[in-house]
Amino acid sequence: MIVFEGVEKRFGDNVVLSDLDFTVASGEHVTLIGPSGSGKTTILRLLMCLEAVSDGVIRVGGRPLSHMEKGGRLVPADEKHSREVRKHIGMVFQQFNLFPNMTVRGNLVEAPTRVLGLSRDEADARAVELLDLVGLAEKIDEHPSRLSGGQQQRVAIARALAMRPDVLLLDEVTSALDPELVAGVLKLLREIGETTDITILCVTHEMGFARDFSHRVMMFDGGRIVEDAPPEELFTAPREPRTQEFLRAVLGR
Amino acid sequence: MTWDWNYVADVLPALLDGLRITVIATLLGSLVALVLGLVFAVLMRGPAPVRVVVRALVEFVRSTPLLVQVFFLFFVLPQFGVTLGALVVGVIALGLHYAAYNSEVYRAGIEAVPRGQWEAATALSLPRSRVWTGVVLPQAIPRVLPALGNNVISMFKETPLLIGIGVLDIVGQAREAGNTTFRYVEVYTIAGLLFLVLSYPAALLVRRLERRVVGT
Amino acid sequence: MSDLSTWFQVLLLGLPATLIATVGGIALTVVLSFVAGLALLSPSRTVRVVSRIYVEGLRGTSEVVQLFWIFFALPVLVGFQIVPIWAGVLVLGLNHGAYGAEIVRGAVQSVPRAQYEGALALSLSPAQRMRRVILPQAVVEMLPPAGNLFIQLLKSTALLSFVFVQDVTRQAHDVLIPAFNPYVFPILLLTLAFYLVLSLLITAGMRALERVAGRRLGRVAVGVG
Ligand SMILES: Nc1ncnc2c1ncn2[C@@H]1O[C@H](COP(=O)(O)OP(=O)(O)OP(=O)(O)O)[C@@H](O)[C@H]1O
Ligand SMILES: [Mg+2]
Repeated sequence: MIVFEGVEKRFGDNVVLSDLDFTVASGEHVTLIGPSGSGKTTILRLLMCLEAVSDGVIRVGGRPLSHMEKGGRLVPADEKHSREVRKHIGMVFQQFNLFPNMTVRGNLVEAPTRVLGLSRDEADARAVELLDLVGLAEKIDEHPSRLSGGQQQRVAIARALAMRPDVLLLDEVTSALDPELVAGVLKLLREIGETTDITILCVTHEMGFARDFSHRVMMFDGGRIVEDAPPEELFTAPREPRTQEFLRAVLGR
Repeated sequence: MTWDWNYVADVLPALLDGLRITVIATLLGSLVALVLGLVFAVLMRGPAPVRVVVRALVEFVRSTPLLVQVFFLFFVLPQFGVTLGALVVGVIALGLHYAAYNSEVYRAGIEAVPRGQWEAATALSLPRSRVWTGVVLPQAIPRVLPALGNNVISMFKETPLLIGIGVLDIVGQAREAGNTTFRYVEVYTIAGLLFLVLSYPAALLVRRLERRVVGT
Repeated sequence: MSDLSTWFQVLLLGLPATLIATVGGIALTVVLSFVAGLALLSPSRTVRVVSRIYVEGLRGTSEVVQLFWIFFALPVLVGFQIVPIWAGVLVLGLNHGAYGAEIVRGAVQSVPRAQYEGALALSLSPAQRMRRVILPQAVVEMLPPAGNLFIQLLKSTALLSFVFVQDVTRQAHDVLIPAFNPYVFPILLLTLAFYLVLSLLITAGMRALERVAGRRLGRVAVGVG
């Protein structure tokens, strides 16, 4: 589903990701862990085309994301191509980023009507259904500012799902929440993981969640993959010293 | 010799007619300035060549006198075959001048919209035009309404310089009356009071709006 | 090309008036801004009200009207005519002083409360407190908005051409445009350029002042610490 081929990302002279190769299968749940500044967010932002790759190719569903095929050669993608590929990818942000000038309903129907061309009624039905899923059906006509952080994040998840994405990107979606609100959001994500076949790429510091949610965990450091293993293996018997150190630090053991 | 109420009664209709012109010039000029200022502000976030040109134009307009700009349009446009009435030229000049000021106001409002809003809109694949009209501007504009309101009031007080190209606004009428009767105290005092009577309440209104916006 | 140098020289003849109006206007503006601005903060209610009336009255009316009032109406009341350029300086100063007063008030109020209390603890007199502790800090805050105000004032000097001041604008309008009518485009562009250069000079001057004031403040802080 997702393929990184020799991807490099630089900000000026600062090489943030270097020569990155990995694949994520369709329907797979992959969690990225690693110390701050190791490039986890950057990977998600590249997938969302919020940043452009410096080198290499990213493919999603077989199609190059950062590039497009023209006369048999790969050339840098234009805005139209990026938008086309991006339609199949959804992202949930650490800070929710709901549109404060719209109601919850407005947030949910905006992109399906404007981008997918759904009718107002179809989009509305979808919004109702998704708000039911995230347990906020009664908040449909509220403004985001009147919701708690946890509720806002659940709306943001519903908003991403409203686009029926093939791929969902989650960047530390519980980090900005009060501790008592974290469990509700994680429970929702587990439910989505179990009931859909969406490919999920997730950055989190919740190691317990990473362990039982993901099929695979990738440990990052300095813009490289240090270790890539199933969670039961990586969390119980990490092979690399960097992984052992990192887990000791975050798990306090 | 100092104040003659009968004279006041005689000239008041002319002054009020001038006030009408002043208000029309302000309203139309502000309309141009509000729209064009927004266009400038959006272009300032466009690709480099556009951005640089618009930036330079805005700085130039803000650094030179409105009166000379009025003369410029009034005398130069006809040479390019565009003949417009003095009032229309005045509206265009006022609009352009204040568009430069408004563009700075809008820009500040746009910059105050968090990056995350742009990114969320992009992540949802919203088209560029909809990101502006649906997400960014609805958040940016309410915050800058007081500043835009202040610019309308400033423009109102600056319209009298259109007498330089023969517009018979309130000061133009006052000057006509003064020059025929050689009585200046009444006409210019009334002209001043008329400005005060309209602009002071407007300024109070804007200050109230300011507090409300800050409060949200 | 010789035309261009003629135009330039004719405009140059207006430069002294524009400069006198600008510099004189700025000088009066600075004085009035401080007087009225500090008066707005006076403990005396009467002083505050008088200053408030000045500020709102001048900000609420049009500059052109103020100019005509001082030039045409005032002589009738006081019995003598003011030289145009000085009438101009007076209006520019009175008008921009009202805006400057708000800048001064805002800047003084932005100085942290602790600074007042610190000065109080040193038992400085109110005047000393203001002069030695509060104002040096407030002035740094005033400089950027003052720069904008001075550029506004420079642009307003063009209005003095309405009361027969032979400034750059009047030279262009009364001398060049009638004489070289086909060339209004380059002539007015050149006129605008005159003002652009003066604006840039004011901006550069204010930047230099901001640097000096910033450094002063740094030195004061070091001296105290
Ligand atoms: N827009 C940018 N401009 C310059 N440097 C950037 C930019 N975005 C990220 N970086 C740099 O890229 C590196 C990786 O950042 P990234 O946000 O991907 O890390 P992360 O693994 O998500 O860290 P965290 O756990 O703190 O979120 C950091 O060194 C960061 O300073
Ligand atoms: Mg991150």
